[in-house]
Amino acid sequence: MESLGVLLTYPMDSYLEEELSKRCKLFRLWETPPEKRREFLRANAATIRAVVGNTAVGADAETIDALPALEIVASFSVGLDKVDLAKCRERGIRVTNTPDVLTDDVADLAIGLAIATMRRLFAADRYVRGGAWKAKGDYKLTSKFSGKTVGIIGLGRIGWAIAERAEAFGCPISYYSRSEKPQTDYKYYSSVVALAANCNVLIVACALTEETHHIVNREVIDALGPKGVLVNIGRGPHVDEPELVFALLEGRLGGAGLDVFEDEPDVPEQLFGLENVVLVPHVGSSTWETCKAMADLVLGNLEAHVTNKPLLTPAL
Amino acid sequence: MERRKAVARATSRLQLLLAGSRSAPPMASSEEQTEPRPPVLLLRRVAPAYDAAVSEKFHLLRPWESPLPRDQFLAAHAGSVRALLISGLVTLDAATLDALPRLGCVVTTSAGVNHIDLAACARRGIAVANAGTVFSPDAADYAVGLLIDVLRRVSASDRYVRRGLWPVKGDYPLGFKLGSKRVGIVGLGSIGSQTAKRLEAFGCTILYYSRKNKPSVPYKYLPNVCDLAAESDVLVVSCALTSETHHIINKDVMAALGKEGIIINVGRGPLVDEDELVRRLMQGELGGAGLDVFENEPAVPKELFLMDNVVLSPHRAVFTSESFADLGQLLAANLEAFFSNRPLLTPVNQNDL
Repeated sequence: MESLGVLLTYPMDSYLEEELSKRCKLFRLWETPPEKRREFLRANAATIRAVVGNTAVGADAETIDALPALEIVASFSVGLDKVDLAKCRERGIRVTNTPDVLTDDVADLAIGLAIATMRRLFAADRYVRGGAWKAKGDYKLTSKFSGKTVGIIGLGRIGWAIAERAEAFGCPISYYSRSEKPQTDYKYYSSVVALAANCNVLIVACALTEETHHIVNREVIDALGPKGVLVNIGRGPHVDEPELVFALLEGRLGGAGLDVFEDEPDVPEQLFGLENVVLVPHVGSSTWETCKAMADLVLGNLEAHVTNKPLLTPAL
Repeated sequence: MERRKAVARATSRLQLLLAGSRSAPPMASSEEQTEPRPPVLLLRRVAPAYDAAVSEKFHLLRPWESPLPRDQFLAAHAGSVRALLISGLVTLDAATLDALPRLGCVVTTSAGVNHIDLAACARRGIAVANAGTVFSPDAADYAVGLLIDVLRRVSASDRYVRRGLWPVKGDYPLGFKLGSKRVGIVGLGSIGSQTAKRLEAFGCTILYYSRKNKPSVPYKYLPNVCDLAAESDVLVVSCALTSETHHIINKDVMAALGKEGIIINVGRGPLVDEDELVRRLMQGELGGAGLDVFENEPAVPKELFLMDNVVLSPHRAVFTSESFADLGQLLAANLEAFFSNRPLLTPVNQNDL
């Protein structure tokens, strides 16, 4: 792969970066200040044949246009909302992602966020660390998770894995999907509002597309209600964030466990004082084990591309 | 096996009772007048939800409301008190039992019974009831929640976000995958088995230590906690506290667990040698811990406050509004059973511990 020019868009993983640097001709986009990037890309356009992006910085139309020699975009993610797929199709650029290897971690976090939100793990921990247990006595009662109805938006690999875990807690499962899935007994709802109205914990687990932008809007939030909990391990733009913030501040929504936000790394500060939210910095697949597996998949796809073997995980 | 059948029978009886009580009509006032509510003694306050649930059908005696000093109050009521309702904060010893010669039943609001002199109760023919399995799902949920929190740094990275560090310092350091971890359950009772069932769905391998091997259970049995620790990545402590299990998680067990090992304690503080635990965490000889209980509550070793691989909780594993409501019903149901000469719904047998 030594002659393969690879544009790495973001310092997403040190193992991946090291391997790319050893095995390819590596260009690190973030080392160039934003105002000099167009020039940087033009200067190296003849060499860059691959882009490795992630959920923070992908391959948008402008980047793809600046790279006439681009053959493949290998995303360090399963979601491809930051890759201009239409442009890639138009140009015949191959696209790969990292499905399956991160399914477990993301599903684990979804359940972890649901429990942490309903049982107030963050607030209880803070109660102890701040000395309040000694000074003020017992922390309050919280909400039981086991047996609550879990509604899942998107029953793909990750949604399915979430359902399997929630079942072990005695949670009845319902879902919304573009079409009903005959291979399951889970209860299907053809509208997200109806799903929200009939569940206690609503979990966003679908891909981000134009259709699913703000799929959780004010109507859905109101349907979920003051005892309902929203968990988002999808993408920030799945949820109308200002509406979510208002609903939480006004008590119209019971709680939220959020791994993703509309404008990462910025998180609405009005949420910082709330005990019924859990806020984590997009760590859905951020474990040593999974990141190594994702990196190996990216490297494997690039290797397959340059040696004319079938791609491991083609997305287009 | 017998105990499991008895608990299953009691659980379905409880479910019938709960279903019945939710739809039962209120007692006619003439019935109330002719049947005085039996007295039930409290020694300390119990949660308002429990007090309310029990006072519907029983006359609660609250010594702190009386001008009489405690021992005189007890002496005054000794002739009529047949039932006692306590929480886990009351130490029920032989001396107190001596002051209540007509006592036939003790109901505790907790699942744990380490605060009750069971042998003394047995000698006096006093039946004891606890919270049974009402709290087990909550405790299991909490154990799983704490484990995910420790491995995936949920609370620690939440702190990071709320301090405004994400835009400033970038991505949070990586956590650890839960799937395929070997989880050793110390005490495969109701809480232990519910925890195991949940963790299996996350792809964990379950092992256990219990006083006796349970051949009907699909998990690997280890005959002592050290061997269990040696084959585990995580230990979940969910056994009863007795004189035998004090410091059951000691330095040998922690050494066997290893420097990447995680300990989750939703049992009782004294099950773990806390000083040793803190020392190992400080020196990087243990991977992390999720602790709901401590040796000297509410005191918690301050050294833990600075650690991001530790999650702390103020003894709340079972405290949900749903379980409190269910437990309130169960307390009243146990007392009703006693006063109607029926078997208790959730009796504690000294031999089970």
